[in-house]
Order: sequence, then C-alpha cells, then structure tokens
Amino acid sequence: MKWIDFVQPQTLDEAIKILGENGANARMLAGGTDLLVLLRVNPDRVNNPKLVVDAKAIPELNELSYSPGSGLTLGAAVPCYKVYQNKEIAAAYPGLIDSAALIGGIQIQGRASIGGNLCNSTPSADTIPDLIAHSVTCKIAGPNGTREVAVEDFCTGPSQNVLEPNELLVSLHFPAPPDNFGARYIRFIPRNEMDIAVAGAGVSVTLDNGTITSARVALASVAPTPLFVEEAGAALVGKPANEESVQEAANIARDAAKPISDMRGTMEYRTHLCEVLTRRALTTAITRAQGGVVDAH
Amino acid sequence: MPTKTHVQTRINGEDVEFLSEPRQSLLECLRDVIGLTGSKEGCNDGNCGACTVNLDGRIVDSCLVLGVEAQGSEILTIEGVATPAGLHPIQTAFLENAALQCGICTPGFIVASKALLEAEPNPSEGRIRLWLAGNLCRCTGYDKIVRAVMDAAGKMS
Repeated sequence: MKWIDFVQPQTLDEAIKILGENGANARMLAGGTDLLVLLRVNPDRVNNPKLVVDAKAIPELNELSYSPGSGLTLGAAVPCYKVYQNKEIAAAYPGLIDSAALIGGIQIQGRASIGGNLCNSTPSADTIPDLIAHSVTCKIAGPNGTREVAVEDFCTGPSQNVLEPNELLVSLHFPAPPDNFGARYIRFIPRNEMDIAVAGAGVSVTLDNGTITSARVALASVAPTPLFVEEAGAALVGKPANEESVQEAANIARDAAKPISDMRGTMEYRTHLCEVLTRRALTTAITRAQGGVVDAH
Repeated sequence: MPTKTHVQTRINGEDVEFLSEPRQSLLECLRDVIGLTGSKEGCNDGNCGACTVNLDGRIVDSCLVLGVEAQGSEILTIEGVATPAGLHPIQTAFLENAALQCGICTPGFIVASKALLEAEPNPSEGRIRLWLAGNLCRCTGYDKIVRAVMDAAGKMS
C-alpha cells in the first residue's frame, strides 16, 4: 500500500472539518473490508486518498437504536454482526438480516458496515436492494449542515454516489415496520456463501386482509446502480397476495433489468434470474407479512 | 504528521506496544513488527481467512484491519491458543483427525473454530461450514476440518 495518513476524529464536527480541509484527498473508513483492499490494488477507484478518516469513534456513526414507534437508526459505521446479533432488531426487520448475515464470511461481518456497503456503491452490493425495499432514508452531513436522501437516489453509477467530497454518510433511518409487513433479500451465487451476487432481489410488501397495499422491488447486479423497479411494486398495489400477482411483478422486474455479460453471468442468464429471484423473494416476503417465519439462509 | 503511531494492545494476555505506519495492516504489524508469525498471509484481501485473529471478541481478517485501528484492543492470535499445559482441544482434534496438510490455513481455522465453540458449544455441521466459509483450505477438502471441529466440540462439552 502506498503512503497514507490516518486520523480518528472523535466528533461529527471534527470529521466534517477534516473533510472540508482535505476534500477529495480524504476518504472515510468504516470496516475497511472494501477500502483497504482497494487502497492496495486499485487506489484510483477510491480517488487515491492521502488521508484515511476513521469513522469508528464518531458517536452518530455508531448509533444503533430501535423503537417500535420510530423505527431503526443505523449508524453508517455499525458492523453487520451488531445488527443481526440484536434480537429486537432481528425480530423487527428479518428482511434486513437476510443481507446483513449474507455479506462475506463471519470475519467480514465482524468489520463491514451496511453504511460502508452503501457508500462503496457497487451495483452488486447485497444490502442496497434490501435498503430500498425498506424505504430507508440516508442522513448526510457536510459543512452546510445535514440533508436527507432516499436510498434509491443515493447511487449514481458504478462506485459513484451523491456524496460530495466534503460530506459523509451519518446514518440510515428505517421506518417502523407497519402491521403485516414483510421483506426479503435473496441473491444467486454459484456457491453457498462468500461470493458476489450474479443477481439479487430485495423486496417488501404490506398486506391488508390478503390484499397488497404497498410493495417495493429492487435488484442487484443488473444495472450500473442497484435498480429500484418502482413499477413492479406499483403493479402489486390493490392486488391479492397470490401467485398470479407475484408473477406479474416478477415479469416487470425481469423486463426492467439492464444487465451486462461478464465473468459472473451472461445478460440472458441475469435477466432470467431477475424473474426467478423476484418471484421467490416476493413469495417469501408475503409469508413473512402473514406472520410466517423464513430463515435468513 | 508523524510517520509512525504508538499502538497499545493486549495480545494473548500480555500488554504489547508497537509502532505502526498508518498503511500497515494489523497482520503486517503482528508478523513483521511484533514477530508473531503464526498468523499467515494468504490472499491479503479478505477472501482466505489465513490471517484470522480474534479482535475484541470477534474474529476478523487481520489483513483488513490497520495496525493503528488496533489501539486499545484485546487480540488473540494462534500463538495464544495453546497453554503451557498443552495443546488446546481444537488443536488436538485437528491433529487426530488429520485436518491439515500444508498447514498454512490452519492457524486461521483454529482461531475461527475456537470463537465458534466459545459462542456455540454444540454447533451443527451446517453451522460449522457456514462459520468457516471465510477460511479457505486447498488441501483437505474441508471434511476433515469440519469433523475435527465436531470432535473438539464433543470433547469440550
């Protein structure tokens, strides 16, 4: 690794000041499971930073608080294991645990954060479709105060996002799950774990007496950014929670996918996977919304 | 800024202070600065788990932690697993089940397995395989390793 400097601000204000002074030469560090690898092998992809700014001592970036009334606030630097080890959060958001317990192996989950996965902004990021399904809002801080961005608007291209060089992601806010809400993230990989999604689907549904009142569908690895397929969710609203409705939404998701062919899969294969994964994810999200239990793995 | 940072840790039950450049990984500090060469470098990018250490109660890939991030932390490496009284039951089980051939991956597997059995004394075979998915072995085909961990679990409980 080429030379870097390291700084560990203790407050959000201090971090913003450091980013303001160093601009594009500084890069935030949370778990480091992406950043440290890129600093070694492809520093240009993270803008060749001269200063690494550790997020792990800033209280706001390490917040993990949940209440049934106000929902979940997840600090940008909270490692995945803290999310899935929290029984209350795991019970309220089983769909979030699907992706938090799926990233890398146990060693990676001990460091990697969901906020970091979002800021890394790869199209294949496992947590991002899940965040979109949960209608997450991103809290961003910079020299002019804080602003909020809907998570589906956060990524702007491969490894690109809305953060300015003098801004940082503070936390993610998950609305309180409404009654009869179910979410699910699944992906396809050639082995059982430790791999990058060939395609993935994150979905959520809310039911009222067997009728779908709202739904969201998002896809991984089939577009330059994680893909929010708003029309697939919209098509489900007012429909009965049955196989036919799910199939229609899955077809819409398949038609919305814009994948490329690469070493992980061809365009045709990924397009096919979008239909299968969306159908399976919606079916199991409905099971959860009806009170059924679906294991994360 | 200074070129090196003074880092204070506890490693394998002893206070250890060392100097780390900001760019050095914890793995490099353990091996090249402190002289604890039991943790191995395999891939250096978080895939193989040969550098697994226990950092404040969680297993991590020490190649993906900066040395300076270890300030104030408690670390267990493979050198801290056996005691003067003898090998740890997991180490004995690896020997008795022939769960190693070349041995490069073994320190990582043992540190990872120890953390599993401390948290979950009686894991299923599936749970062991999932827990150890972040550790790669190119010799054994994994079956012998999984059997060794199950054997150790039986003997430790």
